[in-house]
Amino acid sequence: MNKTDEKLLDEILGNNVHDADAYNIRKNGEGIERKVNPYIDIVPKEDGSGLDIYVKENTLFGIVHIPVIITESGLTDIVYNDFHIGKNANVIIIAGCGIHNDLHQDSRHDGIHRFYLEEGSKVKYVEKHYGEGKGNGKKVLNPITEITMKKGSYMTMDSVQIKGVDNTIRKTNATLYEDTTLVINEKILTNKDQFAKTDFKISLEKDNASTHITSRSVATNSSYQEFNSNIIGNTKSYAHVECDAIIKDSASVKAVPEIYANHVDANLIHEAAIGKIAGEQLTKLMSLGLTEKEAENSIIHGFLK
Amino acid sequence: MLELKNICFERDNKKILNNINLKLDTGNFYVVTGPNGSGKSTLAKIIMGIIKPDSGKIILNGEDITDKPLNERAKLGIGFAFQQPVCFKGITVYDLLVMATGKEIDRQEACNILSKVGLCALEYIDREINKSLSGGELKRIEIASVIAKNPYVAIFDEPEAGIDLWSFKNLIEVFKDMEASSKGITLVISHQERILNIADQIILLDQGNIKKIGTKEEMFDSIVNSSVCKKGGPNCE
Repeated sequence: MNKTDEKLLDEILGNNVHDADAYNIRKNGEGIERKVNPYIDIVPKEDGSGLDIYVKENTLFGIVHIPVIITESGLTDIVYNDFHIGKNANVIIIAGCGIHNDLHQDSRHDGIHRFYLEEGSKVKYVEKHYGEGKGNGKKVLNPITEITMKKGSYMTMDSVQIKGVDNTIRKTNATLYEDTTLVINEKILTNKDQFAKTDFKISLEKDNASTHITSRSVATNSSYQEFNSNIIGNTKSYAHVECDAIIKDSASVKAVPEIYANHVDANLIHEAAIGKIAGEQLTKLMSLGLTEKEAENSIIHGFLK
Repeated sequence: MLELKNICFERDNKKILNNINLKLDTGNFYVVTGPNGSGKSTLAKIIMGIIKPDSGKIILNGEDITDKPLNERAKLGIGFAFQQPVCFKGITVYDLLVMATGKEIDRQEACNILSKVGLCALEYIDREINKSLSGGELKRIEIASVIAKNPYVAIFDEPEAGIDLWSFKNLIEVFKDMEASSKGITLVISHQERILNIADQIILLDQGNIKKIGTKEEMFDSIVNSSVCKKGGPNCE
């Protein structure tokens, strides 16, 4: 790995990949480093399309890193990673993609991550997307996350995309069975003429399934963002979706809520708010000595923290 | 010393402040009082630089700050606690106190500041300043942000508004401490007798004019007899 690779890994992982209990680093479409242990196995799929990650039942506090880096302009990389989380296992999975594109051809990564949570398992999934480079080739990321949660399982998904990605369509589909909880926190910042669209489709299939989705986004310059969420409550269930966006300059943000209660005990809530930074917030921080620009940055930083 | 010279402010053909002249001396605790609409909050906001006067000058320790923007006045040592505290999404109490002090403070220092306004610091330090906090909690955090800033001129716009009696009792103690220890100027806009009691000087505003300035003893009759609408009701003029 060269310095560019290491910088990309730092951006998406936030810590040293080699400290993880298990990891697989994929660069320009090929696995370049892998580590497994007796509890967490990472197996390449036979057709080369991706990985199967197996976490044994009752594994406690395992940390798994599955980063992808792309430094080759013009490359389209599609990968299917399946995470099989055994009964009562408790793991942290950090994934994401960093693209460095200094040339004029588009670089694209489509990561399809499928999670199968067995009974009583817990997963904290952190996904970060990052793009950099001086060329005018676009950096395109289209992550798809599919989640199946069996009885008593719990999952949080933190998804972050701050600048640098020109075009993204993110899809998250989940099916929740009894006594399960899925918590999703999404943070997106777009600038220039970037495009970001996120689609959530969550089906609450069995009693006491619940989901909490919080999306906070900032759209600046002439960028465009779209937030779609579709929650279906087929049983006694609970959902709370909160979409908040700060809009600046000539950016556009569209939020499309859809909640479908198909059971008398389905309790589904959707809140959406889009607006510019409140003048009173700027005034308060400026009264503490910050310039208008510093105040604005502090508000955005806090909002996306 | 903070000096206001011939400050005028007019909106919708109504004189909100009418040629205000005022000298505030270092080390004093001032309370500005008066009926609703007498111009108290406007006066405070003009000192902070949140709104600009139509005419007149503001002199801070000999320096004309009339044209200085809000943030520069903050840096020169003016602080302001808002009547309606502002809510944020994502900014925590700790973040706000760091911004208020203008330097990296550790959690213990932040906790010490919060304790001064009667908040159990560990419960609040990491909380977002949003509507999940009660009016009284937000108010105390707002006051804490000014204490953290430790300004030369500390302005509090109706600190008692919107808080319960229990919180108010604690608040009085906060202001008593401030009165005893402040080395600058404290200016509180208030109607509350217990805050008026702490004041070195009371400034009575009425219809945009300073009607009288004096100690509590000197001011009592004027405050009781200050002009109020005699008619009342929907046709009040």
